Amino acid sequence: MTAEATSAESGPAVLALVEVGKHFGGVSALQGVSIEVHRGEVVALVGDNGAGKSTLLRCVAGAHLPDVGSIEVDGRPVVIRHPSEARALGIEAVHQDLALADHLDVVANMFLGREISRRIGPFGVLDNRAMRAKANEIISEFGIKIPSLRARVRHLSGGQRQGVAIGRAVGWGTKLVMMDEPTAALGVRETARVQELIKSLAGKGLAVLLVSHNLDQVFEICDRVYVLRRGRLAAERKIANTTKEEVVGLITGAFAGEAATT
Amino acid sequence: MTQGTALPTDTMAKRSEMEVTESLGRRERIRAVVNSSLVGAALVALVVLFSLLSPYFLSESNIFRVLEQVSVVAVLAVGQAFVIITGGIDLSEAALVPLVGVISALVMNSQHSIVVGVAAGLAVGAGVGLLNGFLVTVPKLPPFIATLATFSAADGTALLATGGQPVFNLPSGFTNFGQGGLSVFPYMAIVAIAIAVLFQFILARTTFGRHVYAMGSNPVAARLAGLHNARISLMVYSISGLLSGIGGMLLTAFVSTAQPAVALNSELDAIAAVVIGGASLFGGEGTIWGAMLGALLLAVLNNGTELLGISTYVQTVLLGVVVAVAVAVDNVRRKAEA
Ligand SMILES: Nc1ncnc2c1ncn2[C@@H]1O[C@H](COP(=O)(O)OP(=O)(O)O)[C@@H](O)[C@H]1O
Ligand SMILES: [Mg+2]
Repeated sequence: MTAEATSAESGPAVLALVEVGKHFGGVSALQGVSIEVHRGEVVALVGDNGAGKSTLLRCVAGAHLPDVGSIEVDGRPVVIRHPSEARALGIEAVHQDLALADHLDVVANMFLGREISRRIGPFGVLDNRAMRAKANEIISEFGIKIPSLRARVRHLSGGQRQGVAIGRAVGWGTKLVMMDEPTAALGVRETARVQELIKSLAGKGLAVLLVSHNLDQVFEICDRVYVLRRGRLAAERKIANTTKEEVVGLITGAFAGEAATT
Repeated sequence: MTQGTALPTDTMAKRSEMEVTESLGRRERIRAVVNSSLVGAALVALVVLFSLLSPYFLSESNIFRVLEQVSVVAVLAVGQAFVIITGGIDLSEAALVPLVGVISALVMNSQHSIVVGVAAGLAVGAGVGLLNGFLVTVPKLPPFIATLATFSAADGTALLATGGQPVFNLPSGFTNFGQGGLSVFPYMAIVAIAIAVLFQFILARTTFGRHVYAMGSNPVAARLAGLHNARISLMVYSISGLLSGIGGMLLTAFVSTAQPAVALNSELDAIAAVVIGGASLFGGEGTIWGAMLGALLLAVLNNGTELLGISTYVQTVLLGVVVAVAVAVDNVRRKAEA
């Protein structure tokens, strides 16, 4: 893609992980992983179950602190200790489990942590009308399928919940949007819609990091792909220079991949 | 992809789906009203029953008495509701009532100042609340254990501070407030109502209130959305402590003496009121006005059975039955929803 051709010259990566490692007890979820995502680029992160994809996203989202290695945003090293810090950097994530508050309605979830409010004395009084208006804007701008804004999230279908989580991320991501299997619960038409949305985010100059098990999807909308295997980076490929067969082989370990030896 | 370019069939499919969930949202609101009107209906039924059985029940002086009885529990239930909605529980409230009662009384008497005594009481209440919040967020004790520990410590401290003896001879301005009122409304009930209105506003209309619900609904999601759960916990336990302190001083003013011992069987009253009022002990759900209905239901039950000469032992059993029924009804409703 053209974005990729320019990305190399257009300054530092939006996101760079340098030799990042993270373990949980005895389990090494990530080990020496280095990746980069540039402006306007859609980068896929693939790998078997348990390869460490979600852990990597969570490290960038501020949900986990890496044990070793560093994270750079726009070329500057950052330490992201809390999700609020990731959000302040313009980084948004759609997590695999969607991370919605079931008892709250759609608008409350979309605005959680960034409510529109008016200060009255010591109180930040919610401006629900303004939030509904802005939620409607986001929904129509991105063509997301979200039902009644006032329905509690727990009454929504899997696809609708996905819509809420995606709407929340794309409504505020200014730099990097990460999505962890965003189309896993979606039908064919909704999947196509989300893929369009991802491309439009990249078209607007955002960086997108996409975790997906769907290689057709990866080959349709991504510029590059990183393959994780058991917490290590097995390979990096430009989509234009690889095949699904090769990527499958890299995921399963049938092909060794060059990065795995380092 | 956008609505403008969608095919007609697509738009139609979208619309019908929209309507389905729109009616879901409406059903949700109706269900909330039905739930609180269940408690309301039980309350009305009890009032009708007791007024038929006792001509004295609806007299002005008895209404005044019921409101006196409900006030302290209502104030405690407001704080308890905040804690329960975050998914926590505050067992220390019942012991903070006598602790703050005796400390504010001792300070009042030694400083000859109601204001200084009240300030000391508020500080002790909020301080113990903050300690609860600290225990729950830093060493991460389960709320049940943390607040059971502070319950015990507060209980012991109150007994130590007084040698187990009640504190008498409180300033008359203080005790007059505890016993006075406007028509059928005791001053202490007016305080309770003001607190309930203020905190229902905070819970339902402010950013903080929304975060309280979010944390109780899904603490992981709340954190990922950038909320600081520890701060929310510190706040709700401090609120609960502060309001327990106010409750303790209201009770002291009402009975004119500060009793150092925890009132028998009072431990569960505020929690019962909150749960009867529709809050979930798993967090994420509940309202202040529901808790107020629950507190009123308990007070009416107490007062009515007392009027009818039913033994206090039976009353205690009834409290257990009412709580069990309320939670059971709630569980059935929840199952039906899922
Ligand atoms: N919070 C956690 N605590 C303990 N182990 C974890 C945690 N999160 C992930 N893991 C472990 O780390 C490894 C990578 O998990 P994950 O990142 O979820 O993989 P993926 O998303 O690629 O399927 C797995 O072995 C998993 O069990
Ligand atoms: Mg995963």
